Amino acid sequence: MPWDRNQMAERAAQELEDGWYVNLGIGIPTLVSNYIPNDIEVTLQSENGMLGMGPFPLEEDLDPDLINAGKQTISELPHTSYFDSATSFGMIRGGKIAMAILGAMEVAENGDLANWMIPGKLVKGMGGAMDLVAGVGRVLVITDHTSKHGEPKLLAKCTLPLTGAGVVDRIITNLGVFDVVEGGLKIVEIAPDVTEEEIRASTEAALV
Amino acid sequence: MKKVYNSAAEALDGLLFDGMFIASGGFGLCGIPELLLASIRDAGTKDLTFASNNAGVDDFGIGILLQTKQVKKMISSYVGENDEFMSQYLSGELDLEFNPQGTLAERMRSAGCGIPGFYTKTGVGTVIAEGKEHKDFDGETYILETGLFADLSIVKAWKADTTGNLVFRKTARNFNPPAAMCGKVCVVEVEELVEPGELDPDNIHLPGVFVNRIIQGEHEKRIEQRTVRAD
Repeated sequence: MPWDRNQMAERAAQELEDGWYVNLGIGIPTLVSNYIPNDIEVTLQSENGMLGMGPFPLEEDLDPDLINAGKQTISELPHTSYFDSATSFGMIRGGKIAMAILGAMEVAENGDLANWMIPGKLVKGMGGAMDLVAGVGRVLVITDHTSKHGEPKLLAKCTLPLTGAGVVDRIITNLGVFDVVEGGLKIVEIAPDVTEEEIRASTEAALV
Repeated sequence: MKKVYNSAAEALDGLLFDGMFIASGGFGLCGIPELLLASIRDAGTKDLTFASNNAGVDDFGIGILLQTKQVKKMISSYVGENDEFMSQYLSGELDLEFNPQGTLAERMRSAGCGIPGFYTKTGVGTVIAEGKEHKDFDGETYILETGLFADLSIVKAWKADTTGNLVFRKTARNFNPPAAMCGKVCVVEVEELVEPGELDPDNIHLPGVFVNRIIQGEHEKRIEQRTVRAD
């Protein structure tokens, strides 16, 4: 069985290391926070100006001054700190954030990432994604292996405008785990009951 | 020197002109200068360029100035929550310059610090880098981004003393300090105005040197995405 959304998030949580400061994107990456192992300390950054992001608040604790980068109300933790947007992206650009976990429309075999714009469709903007992929220590992408129409998302070359060039380190899909290496993508792990043939059939990127 | 004014209209008196460039604080609807935006709408100032991370929603934030077609151009990182924005943008009435969020914040901060340009890795190899100077440092390629020098800064803080020392609250700080720094004149609106000595000098988030005019008022503080947990 390929992994479902929660299993992909659970697998991604195994990438985290004790003491790391991590930024989670919107969608499946947000679910990673549910699976952080109990024996490590990981601090979540929200790029609108918060380290130490807690869970969604109880109804009585809703605070319009306390939101995450997806504009959702959120809660704070005992070690939380707040700062302005320039400082927030200072720690991102400055490499202090160990890892960003984010979604993708396309990833290329050389680590190019496209996840912000489809020409001819409404463009909402890149938000902080370009700063994150250019600045953080490691970029981990979580995405379905193929699009809704069954088209490969791991490509020889991205067709969409890039969020970053050569920025992706590792990809977790519903079919497995892949590293960006010299010459293409290396299969690191295969989801239970998935075959390498199935992966090859649904991947355009070179598998080395 | 008097910095405290009785209303948003009084605080903005003499500062507004058609075609001006305004930097605004806020992230989504969090920490936006809602009273000053409403006053700019009432003043009817036209052809405005706004540097602001977002464009508000249809009936709140910068959205109210889109309804009245007072905005000519937005410099933003994300504008997804505003239908009026999209229709004006698609019809060509509104100009839009996307900036990566951290680049936008740093363009404000650096201008406020007297730095007209800086190199960043953000956007290298993307459409953002097109037409910009590239330069290598220690084997890595960076692009030149320029400071945003605004005619006017409008920001929202939680508390101010009457000399303009500011304290922000939680994630409502966001773009407010960098936006405050980059304007020729900075007008701030606060929830609470106190006398000098009532704020801890060791806990001022933005010193009063960056602030020219202050108003205190009632804020709606609308929530954009209300999310709660069950237990």
